[in-house]
Amino acid sequence: MGRRATPEVNAGSMADIAFLLLIFFLVTTTIEKDKGIARQLPPKQEDIPEDVIIKQKNLFIVNVNRNDQLLVEEELMELKDLKQAAIDFIDNGGAPAGSPEHCNYCKGKRLPDSSDNPDKAVISVQNDRLTSYGMYIAVQNELVAAYNHLRNRESQRLYGWDFTEMKKAMDDGDIKGAKADDIEEKLKNIQALIPLKLSEAEPKQAGS
Amino acid sequence: MSKFKKKKDGGIPAISTASLPDIVFMLLFFFMVVTVLRDSNLLVEQTLPKGDQVEKLKKDRSLFIYAGKPSPRYQKQYGTEGKIQIRDKYTSLEGLPAALTELREGLHQDLQSRVMVALKVDEETNTGLVSDIKQKLRDLQMYKVIYITSPGNQVEN
Repeated sequence: MGRRATPEVNAGSMADIAFLLLIFFLVTTTIEKDKGIARQLPPKQEDIPEDVIIKQKNLFIVNVNRNDQLLVEEELMELKDLKQAAIDFIDNGGAPAGSPEHCNYCKGKRLPDSSDNPDKAVISVQNDRLTSYGMYIAVQNELVAAYNHLRNRESQRLYGWDFTEMKKAMDDGDIKGAKADDIEEKLKNIQALIPLKLSEAEPKQAGS
Repeated sequence: MSKFKKKKDGGIPAISTASLPDIVFMLLFFFMVVTVLRDSNLLVEQTLPKGDQVEKLKKDRSLFIYAGKPSPRYQKQYGTEGKIQIRDKYTSLEGLPAALTELREGLHQDLQSRVMVALKVDEETNTGLVSDIKQKLRDLQMYKVIYITSPGNQVEN
């Protein structure tokens, strides 16, 4: 018996098989794009530090109760008004001209009973344990929006570029080399002008 | 002259489909590479709250914590109280540090110190549960958290 040449395999159905696999992967693919609000937690302190005294006028208290209602500076407020109220507070610049705390870039009303300057202004959020997480995030989102609004304004004034866009470009890694260092510097400057000072109290027990 | 004579007049020649498998394979490999098969199936409900002041998540250094009330098919067994899920099982608050430490071990060495915790929490959960989680994170010195949101704005609707 002489050896026969092996018959060639018909490759005509290869495309069909490949299509089948392709459709499977097409269906199962979820290109995930998670985004969120980043936050730095305060470190745990072993010894209780002495109470840092913050003047009442430099403190902006946002209280959320268990029915998801907002109490801002002891007044009931709608969520949609929170951003503007926070902007007014941070941007107030109440310290008188000539004093070391004077804020020369603030465009607020310079009320004596609101914050001295953005560096002094602290926003304190107090939640109830039964506040819904959705409301909690909504409040955080509005407050970050207020800070971003002011940072964008300052960034536009100094560099003609939105703070948020600058940050996004950096995060995406579009900018490399010396230019990246330059932008890093600019971001730091803006963050120093309008520092994000959000404090969070431990949630109160329900009912208290 | 005869050089330019038409050889045959057999109508339109058939397009060769020999390269079709190659094209399909190319697409196939693309999708195989970008596909992320879910490594954890969700045991809790996940309607993420909306937010628009967001940053991108750096996936290579993130640990995921899911929380919310159990999905409908587990509610008979576990009730409707908010629960924490890590990987693909429920974790109690006490078991959280151990589970997170184990997760962190799985990260690349250089990134372990720059770890970020992504909180995927259902919007109907109580804030109390979230702050309990945050207390545990502070114990573990994982200070960077990111609250995962879905695109949108809660004020506008």
